[in-house]
Amino acid sequence: MAEINTAKLRGSNRQAGRKYGGSVVIFLFLALLGLFMFLPIYLTVIMSIKPVEELFVFPPKLYAVRPTLDNFRDMFRVLHQNRVPFSRYVFNSIFVTVTVTVLQCVFSSMAAFVLAKCRFPGSKFINGVIVVALLYQSSVIYIMQYIVMAKLHMIDTYMALIFPAIASPMGLFLMRQSISQVPDSMIEAAKVDGAGLFRICWQIVIPNQKPALMTLIIFAFQGAWNIQTGSVVFREQYKTLPTVVTQAASSGLARAGVAMAAAVFLLIPPIVIFMLAQRQVIETMAHSGIKE
Amino acid sequence: MAVKTQKREKGALWRDIKRNKACYGMLAPFMIFFILFTAVPVLMSLPMGFTDFDMARPPKFVGLSNFTTLFFSDKIFMRSIRVTIVFALLTGPVSYVLCFLLAWLINEMHPKLKTFFTLIFYAPSMANVYTVWKLIFSGDMNGYLNSFLIDLGIINAPVQWLTDGRYVLGVTIVVQLWISLGAGFLALRAGFQNIDRSMYEAGAIEGIRTRWQELIYIVIPSMGPQLMFAAVMQIVSSFTAGTVAQNLVGFPSTDYKAHTIMTHAFDYGWQRFEMGYASAICMILFAAMFLLNKLISKVLGKYMD
Repeated sequence: MAEINTAKLRGSNRQAGRKYGGSVVIFLFLALLGLFMFLPIYLTVIMSIKPVEELFVFPPKLYAVRPTLDNFRDMFRVLHQNRVPFSRYVFNSIFVTVTVTVLQCVFSSMAAFVLAKCRFPGSKFINGVIVVALLYQSSVIYIMQYIVMAKLHMIDTYMALIFPAIASPMGLFLMRQSISQVPDSMIEAAKVDGAGLFRICWQIVIPNQKPALMTLIIFAFQGAWNIQTGSVVFREQYKTLPTVVTQAASSGLARAGVAMAAAVFLLIPPIVIFMLAQRQVIETMAHSGIKE
Repeated sequence: MAVKTQKREKGALWRDIKRNKACYGMLAPFMIFFILFTAVPVLMSLPMGFTDFDMARPPKFVGLSNFTTLFFSDKIFMRSIRVTIVFALLTGPVSYVLCFLLAWLINEMHPKLKTFFTLIFYAPSMANVYTVWKLIFSGDMNGYLNSFLIDLGIINAPVQWLTDGRYVLGVTIVVQLWISLGAGFLALRAGFQNIDRSMYEAGAIEGIRTRWQELIYIVIPSMGPQLMFAAVMQIVSSFTAGTVAQNLVGFPSTDYKAHTIMTHAFDYGWQRFEMGYASAICMILFAAMFLLNKLISKVLGKYMD
């Protein structure tokens, strides 16, 4: 009897045993607030497809009368005037983003597992250091980072873009917090079965941490995608998309349309990754079975 | 005798380290990059607060003079402390509650709506849309807000949202709140998804009837780690905010009305190249955030493992 009941509830999209009212009110609240939150982004998209003569009419309109892709065309025309072919920037961005995301997720997951679930000399200290590193913000840090990279001869290479982004205290902290919720008994049981730490981490703990891991992927991808080459890379052939697109768009409000086009263009990949990862996060709930 | 015990302790420690070598091995890849690109630069930057450093000549040790100047003769620093506190008190707690509330309410929705709403609320922190905010708050009649308010008859003449000293801090706070549903919000969303279904089932059996009861008795007690993560992210983003103001209301803002401590550090570091002074400013800010973090972990401590 109880079994049938649970199966029925799992089949529906409701969480077990809950029939609370008020969902419509919640939906309306979220929808209204969401509308307000989304307005600036909506305006950005609309302005990116407005022709120049519509950008500064009074009163400003919330839609484009004659939508056009001119702004995007302008942006790409500016980019194509560079000495380096556009595909090179695309390659750079993809290469940097994928490398950083993969390494950051793998390294942070492993370190987070150890820091959350093992007691060894220094573990407490390192746990404390991670939070301190999160809180410590200083404008001099970039200079010091530059000095370190210069000493290691990394300036003007891909390494200068990739290496500093790999060990993110935020990503580690996120995973650590989440893994700390895994019951110790589960890990002990695996140890009794003779599994080593490495296997426990990758075959038992991390597969159980899908929501946190997917969230980490979103953060890592977003951070890596937005890496600007700034002051560590000078050669044109190592520059990333955000760097050159921002350059192409930054000429004041007269080029507002192009700036909007750039913002929209740069937003597409993170949003795609976000959608893919969030779907995984939500499926976790639907399929999660027994934990302990 | 004492030497002997020390030796034995050393031996025990060494054995302890050796026994856990798998731990160190798994920690190593992260720590190598962390030490090189975060720890070393942080340690290198610590002594800078006690020096006079203009990036052209090597730093010169000046003792505590940066700090005495800051506290006794830098009036704008005093003002920036006030702005930062007002700013952090208004954005931090509001945004923290909003992150949690929205993450919770979204969790009550149908799975298909969950992704949609999460995207809507998270998207602002992904986008770089200062240009559109400048147009919304633009001081002429073309500004969206001005033309909207004129249409409604609330105001007769356009308001200088971005340059009038009365409004700059308010505008900055609105935009900061708008982008503040970021890492903390998403981590809380993940935390909600991670709560074991059996907890709800058990709760239903034990007589939990409303969403509110469920929140108090099931959700919050099992979200300690995520609540702590969101709190830390919130402290960082509300105390080190500065980019929003710089991008939106200009730098420096009218009458320094939106001049935060971080903006002050930026001013000295990257405009005047007084890096020693700038890092002294950052150290004070760090000390404040560190204490606040200690306080919050005490409060949330009972929910932690």
